[in-house]
Amino acid sequence: MKVEEYRERRIEIGGWPVNLTTYRLGEVFHCKADNVSPGAALARTTGTTREEAEMKAVERAGELLARTRVHAAGS
Amino acid sequence: MANYAHPETLVSTDWVAQHASDPNVRIVEVDVDTKAYDEGHVPGAIGWAWSSQLCDTVRRDILPKEQLEELLGSSGISNDTTVVIYGDNNNWFAAWALWQLKIYGHKDVRLMNGGRKKWLAEGRELSTEIPKPAAARYHASGPDNSLRAFLPQVQDALEAGTYAFVDVRSPQEFTGEILAPPGLPETCQRGGHIPAARNIPWGKACNDDGTFKSADELQALYASEGVDGTKPVIAYCRIGERSSHTWFALKYLLGFNKVVNYDGSWTEWGNLVGAPVEKGKAAVSAKA
Repeated sequence: MKVEEYRERRIEIGGWPVNLTTYRLGEVFHCKADNVSPGAALARTTGTTREEAEMKAVERAGELLARTRVHAAGS
Repeated sequence: MANYAHPETLVSTDWVAQHASDPNVRIVEVDVDTKAYDEGHVPGAIGWAWSSQLCDTVRRDILPKEQLEELLGSSGISNDTTVVIYGDNNNWFAAWALWQLKIYGHKDVRLMNGGRKKWLAEGRELSTEIPKPAAARYHASGPDNSLRAFLPQVQDALEAGTYAFVDVRSPQEFTGEILAPPGLPETCQRGGHIPAARNIPWGKACNDDGTFKSADELQALYASEGVDGTKPVIAYCRIGERSSHTWFALKYLLGFNKVVNYDGSWTEWGNLVGAPVEKGKAAVSAKA
């Protein structure tokens, strides 16, 4: 099977930049959310539409990012 | 390829598409997200899980020599096989795997430039079929620990000022604002960086499509932070995979003579009692 309808876009969730990568394999849309700068994967989801896959990924990424604590770092 | 010092260590996605079924070539996917391989991979590629197959699962260490021999043998890799590794996040753990194969003396191991991201973006074929290669016999050499920094060496280098330190994490991890990449569990007691380290995030070495920047661009990037190869370099991040990516760029694309990957990285240094830690933005790259 070929990768089709590949798209990347950058959004912000809870103040953190997030990269959403979505593409279709056969009948299934796959979405991966990662935190842009470090690039670590936050969520990998699927859906019958791009919107469904992205919505699940955004929801899961939001849960994880909400746990991130920001500390005082001095100057 | 882009005037690199060792262009033979990189192959293009086109090259992989043409050689995936070559019996002398073994394509291997190594991802941060170990589920990615199952979703679909380069046809004929085998998958290695970094968290269970590329490390000692009892003590914190790289894969022991005997286990590496077993892994490569069961993957149909002999000492003469050309191994091409790729993965997600622009080859983070692919570079980690390559670093280990170099430590154990594999002669011909390369990265697929751009990794999984580029393969997907180009709309190429994916397969969910898991290959079952005939077992091969593999004899590792080494380990060549000249490619790796352990804590005592890092401490000595810091005291003597004999090495350039490159912290490849994000600026916020470097300053100590966050203790782990956003969304991931905190894995250290203190935030900040090793004093004297320069912050050159790994991603600055990449183009938007995930491929490495040209040799000239890489040279300018690192030289702007005083890292020009005249001093040996210690690269580090949080657990050593992002710094493998930078280690690869410095050693094979720029051809620096002495570059070591400190895989203990911040999860070791940031948990040490009494280790010197610098916080704040003073040493963050102006271009970050």
